[in-house]
Amino acid sequence: MQAPSSERLTFLLERANFVRQGIIRSLVSAGSGHSAGSLDMADIFTALYHHVMRHDPKNPAWEDRDRLLLSCGHIAPVRYSAMAYADYFPVDELLTLRKFGTRLQGHPERVRMNALETTSGPLGEGLAQGTGMALAAKLDKKDWRVYVVTSDAEHQCGLHMEAMMTAPKFKLDNLTCIIDRNFIQIDGSTEEIMPLEPLADKYRAFNWEVFECDGNDMAAFIQTTEKAKAVTGKPQVIIANTVPGKGVSYMEGDYTWHGKPPNKEQADVALRELEAARTRILA
Amino acid sequence: MMHLVDYRNTDAVKQVPTRNGFGEGIIEAGAKDKNVLAICADLAESTRMEGFKKAHPDQYIEIGVAEQLLVAMAAGLASAGKIPWIASYAMFNPGRSWEQVRTTMALNETNVKIAGAHAGVSVGPDGATHQAIEDIAIMRVIPHMMVVVPCDSVQTKKATLALSEKWGPTYLRFGREKSAVITTDQTPFEIGKAQIFREGTDVAIIACGILVYNALIAAEELANDEGINCIVINNHTVKPMDEPAVVAAAQRCGAVVTVEEHQIHAGMGSRVAEILAQKHPVPIEFVGVNDTFGQSGDPMELIEHYGMGTNAIKEAARRAARRKHGSRLTAANTQE
Repeated sequence: MQAPSSERLTFLLERANFVRQGIIRSLVSAGSGHSAGSLDMADIFTALYHHVMRHDPKNPAWEDRDRLLLSCGHIAPVRYSAMAYADYFPVDELLTLRKFGTRLQGHPERVRMNALETTSGPLGEGLAQGTGMALAAKLDKKDWRVYVVTSDAEHQCGLHMEAMMTAPKFKLDNLTCIIDRNFIQIDGSTEEIMPLEPLADKYRAFNWEVFECDGNDMAAFIQTTEKAKAVTGKPQVIIANTVPGKGVSYMEGDYTWHGKPPNKEQADVALRELEAARTRILA
Repeated sequence: MMHLVDYRNTDAVKQVPTRNGFGEGIIEAGAKDKNVLAICADLAESTRMEGFKKAHPDQYIEIGVAEQLLVAMAAGLASAGKIPWIASYAMFNPGRSWEQVRTTMALNETNVKIAGAHAGVSVGPDGATHQAIEDIAIMRVIPHMMVVVPCDSVQTKKATLALSEKWGPTYLRFGREKSAVITTDQTPFEIGKAQIFREGTDVAIIACGILVYNALIAAEELANDEGINCIVINNHTVKPMDEPAVVAAAQRCGAVVTVEEHQIHAGMGSRVAEILAQKHPVPIEFVGVNDTFGQSGDPMELIEHYGMGTNAIKEAARRAARRKHGSRLTAANTQE
């Protein structure tokens, strides 16, 4: 994989902008859901689907695909939007989010859409499942990779810590954990609720290769995934520092947007801001 | 034909822990299919995974004392085509890991096989913390979950092999202590198919697990000493339960006793009651632990103390028979 050209970078930035617009539209249509984390991970999900991962939207069951697991299932809107803009399903389907009969459940359900890889929402479970998948690839001598996106607050779950201890034992260098480090959770700041720092040191102590980057800097994130892929004998973690609510001025940095959607008027403001940002990207 | 051993002859009945059957079964399953894995949470010897470790070292994974991980990681392996057996004490898995079982195994429909060892009060001296007597309840309420409680070590081996080949999330429950071997290699076994181990017409005793033996002995004594003839059904599959077999037994006898080494609330017997309340209501008596915890002691001493010995089963059968006759008299009086 190569670093993106400037033309490609512009394409990716515009995609991420579309993904954010898709998030806003789906959330306002649903009338409930999680805004802040969904928006702050738009750049990373865009990069994963359009540049980093080996996958085929027309053949989601491809055996040799890279697996992407969303452990913090509550930010499903970003995954759905990124998948729609990567041609997994029509963009209009985003408006069915959280509605009766939809494939786009409030929290992801693999049985309704195989490409979701897991069923998630109960926190702390993704890395353990990703560890199992990465181990299966090793047992079968396959070269596909596993990417697990987790929230930062999930590190308060014991099960996540069990997986942190396990993946290095099996030398799962085909496993990359990506942390949405936005420092917020439902009740407030992660460092007030239950301090996670020093987070990088925790992973180092557990024998992971640790990378940190700006999770809202497309090029920086892509470069970091390249470094992660080059690591041998160890799983890797990318601590992606993100701004909650990224891209919508009145949500940025405000933890109260963790678990609620914008109303119609707020959504109109958000979409106008995003459209203006898109114009700047293309200029 | 059930091809049972002559269980009436106490000296002829071998005593083997059901867990041994699991240990033999997974070795064979692992040889048949290289995708069968054994994942162990620091209990290789006592769950009887040790033999598998020696026979198939490349298919054996040790993850330490981490039962939530045990389930979730197995779900990941299963979603990539593996058939993982995960073993711990039933108290810890599924006791500790219930939400992972529900989400990553059942809702996510992955082919993970739970082996719940050391179930029941017959764990003995370890005491209440290690005696799982609520596990059938918490597993049978989960959609898609198969729940199998074999009656002896020979049947546990067959169940292990059958579940390895049958796609779907499953819970296999077995015990620690030596228990009577009543089936033979010739005894048929099919998941979801209850077995009539003894014919009768007065009371249907529907049992699972190692207490099937106690049910058979109780039935023999009732027939010989009191002229009460009981059907004894080995109801090894708690989910999906063999509803026609349960209904037919209730129709034939008009009274039922359920027997399990588990809380009487929400266990196998409760499922029998759910079926019969809807399809063929008859008097039912429940033999099991009655809303209390276990304690340290000799296994058989505990079985007796918590009301699951042969005498307790006989008493329950008498009560069921009396209630049946009582309800007939009441019905006759009402008609007059």
